[in-house]
Amino acid sequence: MPDIHDEGPYEPRPKPGVSRLDYAGEQGMAVEQETLVERDVEKREEARSLWGDAWRDLRRRPIFLVSAVLILLLVVMAVLPWAFTDADPRRADLVHDYLRRPDWGDFFGAGWFGYDAQGRSIFARVVYGARASITVGVFVTAAVTVLGGLTGMVAGYFGGAVDAVISRIIDIFFGIPLLLGSLVLLNAFSTRTVWSVVIALGVLGWTQIARVMRGAVLTVKQSDYVVAGRALGAGTGRLMFRHILPNAIAPVIVVATIALGGYIATEATLSFLGIGLQDPTISWGIDISSAQKVIRTAPYVLFFPAAALSVTVLAFIMLGDAVRDALDPKLR
Amino acid sequence: MSTAAEAAGREREAPYEGPLLDVRDLHVEFVTRDGVARAVNGVDYSVRAGETLAVLGESGSGKSVTAQAIMGILDTPPARIPRGEIRFRGRDMLKMGKDERRRIRGRRIAMIFQDALSALNPVLSVGFQLGEMFRAHQGASRAEARAKAVELMDRVRIPAAKQRVNDYPHQFSGGMRQRIMIAMALALEPDLIIADEPTTALDVTVQAQVMDLLAELQAEYHMGLILITHDLGVVADVADKIAVMYAGRIVETAPVHDLYARPAHPYTRGLLDSIPRLDQKGQELYAIKGLPPNLLRIPPGCAFNPRCPRAQAVCRGEVPELYPVAEDDGRPLEGRGSACFFWKETLHDR
Amino acid sequence: MGSYVLRRVLQMIPVFFGTTLLIFLMVYTLPGDPVSALFGEKAADPAVVASIRHKYFLDQPVWKQYLHYMGNLFQGDFGTSFTGRPVSDIMAGAFPVTIRLALLAFVFEMVLGLALGLVSGLRRGSLQDTLVLILTLVVISIPVFVLAYIAQTVFATNLGWVTPTVQNSYDLSQLILPAVVLGSLSLAYVARLTRTSIGENLRADYMRTAVAKGLPGRTIVLRHLLRNSLIPVITFLGTDLGALMGGAIVTEGIFNVQGVGNVLYRAINTKEGPTVVGIVTVLVIVYLVASLLVDLLYAVLDPRIRYA
Repeated sequence: MPDIHDEGPYEPRPKPGVSRLDYAGEQGMAVEQETLVERDVEKREEARSLWGDAWRDLRRRPIFLVSAVLILLLVVMAVLPWAFTDADPRRADLVHDYLRRPDWGDFFGAGWFGYDAQGRSIFARVVYGARASITVGVFVTAAVTVLGGLTGMVAGYFGGAVDAVISRIIDIFFGIPLLLGSLVLLNAFSTRTVWSVVIALGVLGWTQIARVMRGAVLTVKQSDYVVAGRALGAGTGRLMFRHILPNAIAPVIVVATIALGGYIATEATLSFLGIGLQDPTISWGIDISSAQKVIRTAPYVLFFPAAALSVTVLAFIMLGDAVRDALDPKLR
Repeated sequence: MSTAAEAAGREREAPYEGPLLDVRDLHVEFVTRDGVARAVNGVDYSVRAGETLAVLGESGSGKSVTAQAIMGILDTPPARIPRGEIRFRGRDMLKMGKDERRRIRGRRIAMIFQDALSALNPVLSVGFQLGEMFRAHQGASRAEARAKAVELMDRVRIPAAKQRVNDYPHQFSGGMRQRIMIAMALALEPDLIIADEPTTALDVTVQAQVMDLLAELQAEYHMGLILITHDLGVVADVADKIAVMYAGRIVETAPVHDLYARPAHPYTRGLLDSIPRLDQKGQELYAIKGLPPNLLRIPPGCAFNPRCPRAQAVCRGEVPELYPVAEDDGRPLEGRGSACFFWKETLHDR
Repeated sequence: MGSYVLRRVLQMIPVFFGTTLLIFLMVYTLPGDPVSALFGEKAADPAVVASIRHKYFLDQPVWKQYLHYMGNLFQGDFGTSFTGRPVSDIMAGAFPVTIRLALLAFVFEMVLGLALGLVSGLRRGSLQDTLVLILTLVVISIPVFVLAYIAQTVFATNLGWVTPTVQNSYDLSQLILPAVVLGSLSLAYVARLTRTSIGENLRADYMRTAVAKGLPGRTIVLRHLLRNSLIPVITFLGTDLGALMGGAIVTEGIFNVQGVGNVLYRAINTKEGPTVVGIVTVLVIVYLVASLLVDLLYAVLDPRIRYA
């Protein structure tokens, strides 16, 4: 949405809620003389209003609202699965329930989505399966954000030899495809839980965030307010966490949100291949894998966990997209 | 030779007596999420061959939008032109077909942009970008275009043009880049050049050189020049007449020196008073109070009234037209107009 | 330019050794004994186990194993698998299949991805744009194994156009469906990247200059817009060719394509160390060469890098 104001000596401060996107045709005017201190203050205001603007913008986006509601629902499902269904996801009744078809009248009941080849309620398994996916997604993302964020920040901030060494280490890990590497790593675990998957994906997945963070820190480092902060004698820690981090974190958040969906998909793929989660953990990936054998006669056994998985991944990607658009008005 | 034919065609054409460019009652609006922003609200101005018109105004005054409307480079949508005429050599360009319009751009009317670094394509050499003019409009070959590009670079006094013709924009200094922009505009010897803040992005010392070059070449080719700027200093030396814009309207027109000596609109007066002056060192700098209007909600009446020291009830109720300005004895002042109910009082204000 | 290339090649060397060492460590130091895995459930004769361990250098410290492996590698010897077959033989059978599959997928994602990205980037907010956005979002969200099942069900079971699994992995026409599935995720990325890039460049000042110069629309789009917009897309495509080869595990498994992914998956499960290391080493080389080429291409396309 264009705003025909441009930046200039008489320019009013953009009002809250008004997009700051310049109309491409109007050009900026002469650079004002400012002292470094003034600029520092202004930058901080800008940073604050960036988040404020982004939040205001987000609330108006249907994609954000839809994905946020979906994610909220999934998180509640992961924490309190019994609130959604009375059925026991592990109860198998081969005699009565073998591949029983979905009963659409059995709203929120055990038979709603039908039964799988072991006579287990698919609806219950879909509900209980959310926990593994959400746990893996959230914890892997947290791990890679901390690990990658710190390395990227150190590399970008110190530069020189430190950056060269860290960048090569990032390159080394980046050279190993995530799925391939985690297959090898997970093969070493004789029993695999959600946590082994988190460790494997975390160890191999941090490079993307590290690269993004490094790039962002390199840009922010050159800003006048960081230079000013340094000139005023701010210490390394203070500079890094008070001045640089708040301004460099936006792209990291966007990438991490989108990656969260990717980790959920990767976990499902690993479980599907038989090298991810194992029984008794309930995972959509395992269920999809075992549905393979009955796909022709009972496609619903595959459909529901697959749909749950896809919708979950979709929700996080949409959220990431919406956040990115809100934080980066240029991409609108 | 296509170039020879082109030159011959240009010579046969009788020099155009009327104004080269005649803008009449031009309106431009932008459709935004928050409503319709009225960027240009009835602008009239004209330029003759060899004449320089300076359009003065702060950001959001509509000066650049008007230029882009003339050039035909507004993005539509979000922009639209609900009313008005833009006559070039007597013909309304707004009624022309797309293709005819395109052939005027670059060849008959050329534009110089403010920030040459972003206005030049980063991945194409400057020689290629200059030569493109000849290739697109005259069907010149690659080699011809290149030779002409070198010639042009020489003409705008870029040192070692032959060696630098294959360089990329980022390899030039700011002043040299702006010279390349000027060369690009001059390439086909257009009738009219629109320069949108051509020196704003440059260092002060380089500003003067670039401005002198532009003025010199304009005189040499007898072109019309529209100089868009917010810098009163740039205007004084090169312009013949000035149009001051505010909130999408022209609020004052005058020959350049008259305007400086005796402004007839309170806004112009405020602009002049806010220039720092050496002889008033130590005094606090004057600033026009308030902010320029939001174009989504331009105040009723005279758009300047909320900021005007002279505002009366009438200013809030009625939109002043551009009144001819005259001396007290009724002698009209040539070329002068002011869109203020109190132009007479302002003129006398000392 | 010359020093730029040299610097990039020098940077590649530690990355090559680092990545191969990393995969070596992952394969040979993590718990799980490949030799006893060879014997399955049976209790193995300790003497036999010891001799096998000696033969494969497994009784040496891991750094010696690595140096030994690298020494052989530079003589073109990828070692022997635990089943006695030279690893280079195994790869010679599998790589041609995977290369074909990856190339097919690559062509598919490039042609269709660019086309979709162009249509939606040039007509932002149009119906086509919305459709492309929805389509790519759906493709990105559906995990590849689900997509593979959908493709199998629709094209093999329902329409009967192809057999559900590939019968002859060397037959290019049979590889089309797996290639489409394999390339679909990247296709979505290519389309979105192209769209974003075009959207950014459409707004660039130099585009306005091009219009003001009176250039014809075709010239503006082809010469000015695309030249700039495609730089990030080409970068993505370059690194993706390697990723497609390494990422074919799932697709090759479901469609029974006898390529690298299938062989690798089996090797990982049976702890076939030499085979895993050999294949991954080749994949790493492919990835490194691809990223080098991309960087060079980048420098060719963007003079700002070339002269930096």
